Amino acid sequence: MKPIAAILGVGCTKVGEHWERSLLDLAIEACEKALEDAGNPPVRALYVGNAASELMNEQGNISALLADALALDGVKAVEVRAGDASGSLAIHQACLDASFSRGQEGAILVCGVEKMTDVMAPEVARIQMLFEDSRSTFHSGVTIYGLCALLTSLYMSTYGVSYEDIVLLAVNDHKNAANNPYAQYPFPITVETVLSSPLVADPIRLFDTAGIGDGAAAIVLKGPEGARSSSDTPVAVLASEVATDKVNICEREDLLALRSLRLAAGKALGRAGVGLDRLSFIELHNTTSVIGILSLEALGLAEPGKGVDLLKEGAVAIGGRWPVNTMGGLKGRGHPWGATGVYQVVEAVWQLRGEAGKNQVDGAEIGLTSNMCGLGSISCVHVLARWEVMA
Amino acid sequence: MSVPKFWREIPHKYRLVGSRCRSCGAIYHPRRPICPRCGSRDMEDVKLSHRGRLLAFTVIRRAPSDMADLRPYVVGLIELEDGVKVLSQVVDCDPAELKPGLELEATLRRIRVHGPAGVIEYGYKFRPVIKWEAEAGEGQ
Repeated sequence: MKPIAAILGVGCTKVGEHWERSLLDLAIEACEKALEDAGNPPVRALYVGNAASELMNEQGNISALLADALALDGVKAVEVRAGDASGSLAIHQACLDASFSRGQEGAILVCGVEKMTDVMAPEVARIQMLFEDSRSTFHSGVTIYGLCALLTSLYMSTYGVSYEDIVLLAVNDHKNAANNPYAQYPFPITVETVLSSPLVADPIRLFDTAGIGDGAAAIVLKGPEGARSSSDTPVAVLASEVATDKVNICEREDLLALRSLRLAAGKALGRAGVGLDRLSFIELHNTTSVIGILSLEALGLAEPGKGVDLLKEGAVAIGGRWPVNTMGGLKGRGHPWGATGVYQVVEAVWQLRGEAGKNQVDGAEIGLTSNMCGLGSISCVHVLARWEVMA
Repeated sequence: MSVPKFWREIPHKYRLVGSRCRSCGAIYHPRRPICPRCGSRDMEDVKLSHRGRLLAFTVIRRAPSDMADLRPYVVGLIELEDGVKVLSQVVDCDPAELKPGLELEATLRRIRVHGPAGVIEYGYKFRPVIKWEAEAGEGQ
């Protein structure tokens, strides 16, 4: 169990409809919080994860723009784009930087940011489909929630599962979001709330979908050497792995297998030297509940078709065997695309430092975050641990 | 979207042209230059079957901006007779009558109108197979 990087500080904005604030305003707030949390180390590189600033905010080249705005004069700045997996991939690139540049002075700042409310909801739905294989999807007018609806229908008919049981994941998320001051939807819901909300793409209903929100999250990391002298509470990155799958879901041999996540998680757990039994909690990517359930199965926590049982048994609740989306997940905390993967790691760091408040997982030692683009064209998995675990 | 892009997409969107691997026989839509199954570069164009069956469907009620005037509309996951799967709108039907296994056929329809010049994009949509003979038989 050897760390590839050490996280020294984290910060984020509340996810929400920040009408009065720009993409840059949000990113600056998150970065300044993370830097302050890390003790304001000198920064030698900035990585920015963002999905669609050109299309939603009429602004490109945002890594240079953010470096400039933060007065990080002359710093290396890199922008990473992979739809709603952009945030975790930015962290992945930063981890590579940290391991390739051992001994270099200075910390690496990673920011995930998305400002979605500058365009109307139908335009968000159109832009979201640009991260799929447009040749196979665009002319059908299918949306991400439409694709999730097809998978939900297939899941229900293949395994004889009810929609009521599938949306238990949304209920779990909202319960946890209620105690997260940064969550977009900090209130509990019931299965009935979901079932009485409007249909978005049958059988998917509004309260089964991640909303549209603005948000930014940031972390400060460096190579693992001397982490203890840089921070009282460093968190270890044990693994950061990425894998891909067929982008056109029609070509997947098994539409209900998130292969990229299975591959990335297998590599990450192998690199970390950690079995599933060692995980204290898991942050999942759940654009809709079915994607979260298929993720539980891809991670190997449940057999195909049995992911719902983990929900029904309460295994995913805080206090359960594998607490999931401890600060609200995509459904409750919110899903500002390029920021989501960084929010997950920020929340994992809170858990591992014992700073998760009412949602603290007792004795949290090792956590896993899984972030993907769309329906898993690309997945990125991080395994994080309390520094003391490696002693 | 630009006119050259429409032209480039005519084979796969008007005529359901895909690729067949001469090495292992696998078929893909849209076209691919490299076979992901066997790695061969020896691919040929193949016109796919215009018939298939519905595997799953949904009714899109919150549509992307460029399809907003069509909603609600049905999108189906369809398995063609060749075994290739495609996503398509399913038209000329009442969603209440749709169920997995239903036989569908491709039809050329208007997809979207683009930009101030009003360039019209066409492509395939699917509809339930019309069984003329069966209907004629019932009428006699």
